[in-house]
Amino acid sequence: MRPILEVKDLSVSFDVFGGEVQAIRGVNFTVNEGEAVAIVGESGSGKSVTAQTVMRLIATPPGRIKNGSIMFNGRDLLSLSEKEMRKVRGNEIGMIFQDPMTSLNPTMTIGSQITEGLVKHQKLSHSAAKTRAIELLKMVGIPNPEVRLKQYPHNFSGGMRQRVMIAIALACNPALLIADEPTTALDVTIQAQIMELMKDLQKQMNTSIILITHDLGVVADVCDRVIVMYAGQVVETGTIKEIFRNPQHPYTKGLLKSLPRLNQSKDEPLIPIHGTPPDLIKPPQGCGFCSRCEDAMRICATEAPEVTTISETQMVRCWLQDPRAAKGAGMGKEESA
Amino acid sequence: MVGYLAKKFVFMFVSLFLLVTTTFALMNAVPGSPLQSEKAPSAAVQKNLEAYYGLDKPITTQYFMYLKKLAHFDLGVSMKKRFVSVNKMISQSFKYSLRLGLVSIVTSVLAGCALGIIAALYHRKFLDNLAMILAVIGLAIPSMVLGPLLQYLLSVKISLLPVTGLKEPLDYILPTLTLSSVSIAFIARLIRSTLIEVLSSDFIKTAKAKGLSGHIIVWKHAMRNSILPVITYLGFLAANVITGSIIIEQIFAIPGMGKFFVSCITDRDYPLIMGTTVFYAVLLIASRFIADIIYALVDPRMRTSVGRGGK
Repeated sequence: MRPILEVKDLSVSFDVFGGEVQAIRGVNFTVNEGEAVAIVGESGSGKSVTAQTVMRLIATPPGRIKNGSIMFNGRDLLSLSEKEMRKVRGNEIGMIFQDPMTSLNPTMTIGSQITEGLVKHQKLSHSAAKTRAIELLKMVGIPNPEVRLKQYPHNFSGGMRQRVMIAIALACNPALLIADEPTTALDVTIQAQIMELMKDLQKQMNTSIILITHDLGVVADVCDRVIVMYAGQVVETGTIKEIFRNPQHPYTKGLLKSLPRLNQSKDEPLIPIHGTPPDLIKPPQGCGFCSRCEDAMRICATEAPEVTTISETQMVRCWLQDPRAAKGAGMGKEESA
Repeated sequence: MVGYLAKKFVFMFVSLFLLVTTTFALMNAVPGSPLQSEKAPSAAVQKNLEAYYGLDKPITTQYFMYLKKLAHFDLGVSMKKRFVSVNKMISQSFKYSLRLGLVSIVTSVLAGCALGIIAALYHRKFLDNLAMILAVIGLAIPSMVLGPLLQYLLSVKISLLPVTGLKEPLDYILPTLTLSSVSIAFIARLIRSTLIEVLSSDFIKTAKAKGLSGHIIVWKHAMRNSILPVITYLGFLAANVITGSIIIEQIFAIPGMGKFFVSCITDRDYPLIMGTTVFYAVLLIASRFIADIIYALVDPRMRTSVGRGGK
């Protein structure tokens, strides 16, 4: 499989009144052709900033890309001019946002919002773009596309609007689709439909997907690989199987424990991860998860863990898995707990 | 949509009727009579005059007679300038007020939008601060100060522009500037704050993610949403310009309607009081109605929500 997107050592900061918020601190990951990758993590872990940096959509200032490179199809997106970047956005990379209720322009028809990108990137004539828009609406499962094309966003329900957003994002057959929490604002039954749709379309069009979410249940269904982010860093990556069956990082384990399972009895409480993520204005010296980790060792507080390779596909950033750590480190506590 | 406009249209007449009734009552409640003057004519002349103007009849009869004439668009005959119809007085003087008013509304919208857009696009930079300082000055200086000040500086001191009158295009500059300063400032602040808000909204991010250029994003996506409050303001702007022009016309010696509006009350010129009030009221109500229509044209949500009878 050919890598389509390679993010290397990416660091992004935001200059705010209180100082510099280091939202992303040295993120590395790869997305291969035709692959669906999930980025999971809690609010403030840097998922959305990562995605928006790939699209170069973060406002600078206050945002600042400090370091790193984003190789997309052999080009470094960070070195492109704004004009060149505009040819990538919407054309080679499509993006879907969290809230379909506010992501469409309320004063423009759905049709003109879909055709806009087609006319710009593929230089289609107005009528050809319209034909393509009808095709797209059919593809995302909107009945009566000829009529719906002339309607405005307020004539659509939330789920339908998200379908329109998907149609807009996929209009120019992008090689990569970034979906930033596409189902968070939708109710559960609609969530399932939207995820199903994205899965189908991915197979049809062989698009790579980056799915940003904090819902691990959604991930298992759609994605091939998972990237777990915490406090602006990638703490673990692996295939779906590896992450769900054999999680290595205490944070990943915590996330999985806090998920309800079907065979769980009603009285059995879910186990949350206690505490809050660190303040990224003053990121901790050691591991970001240290203060919340039940298995933390002395070194965790003072030195940042390095990446440990577990298998060809699984990597973790944790002292517990470091080959230099004592065998069975942190295990005692877990047994007694 | 049609039903909504029809409803608005009916309400226009209801409010106009209430206005006519109130003005008529208030006018008659004021002591004094239009035919009283220092040089009192003889009793016979007085009586004839009263009969001519219908003042000898009971007030209710006078009221219904007025309504009947009004329904035929007849505003009566002035009592001060005898035998000159109010319709004629208004039509002769209003053309000046209308010209100045229209020029001023167009200037307010164009200049206000331009200042506001510049301020929003250069948010927190030099141009934003400059535009907002200008806006505060515009809001703070009343027209009776600004007008003479501009006359003194630009006409008397450096003889750049004519001091008074309204004949040549150049004549329009000073009165327009004086009349529009408040509304330019108001629209600039309105556009600035809405545009800044709209530019940070989600659908602008969607537009950016489509790869659209900055120009298209601002003009096609953001402006249409930012202009809505300005349209709402247009109705008030018309009122502002109309009432404001009363003072401006005095300052710049423009033979507009404003002078009648003031003098007719001290003269107790009943038909002229009623005529100017009704005329101004129709203008105001009509401009609000037009603003409503424009609003519905720009915002598709208005069309359906009012079409369904909601909102």
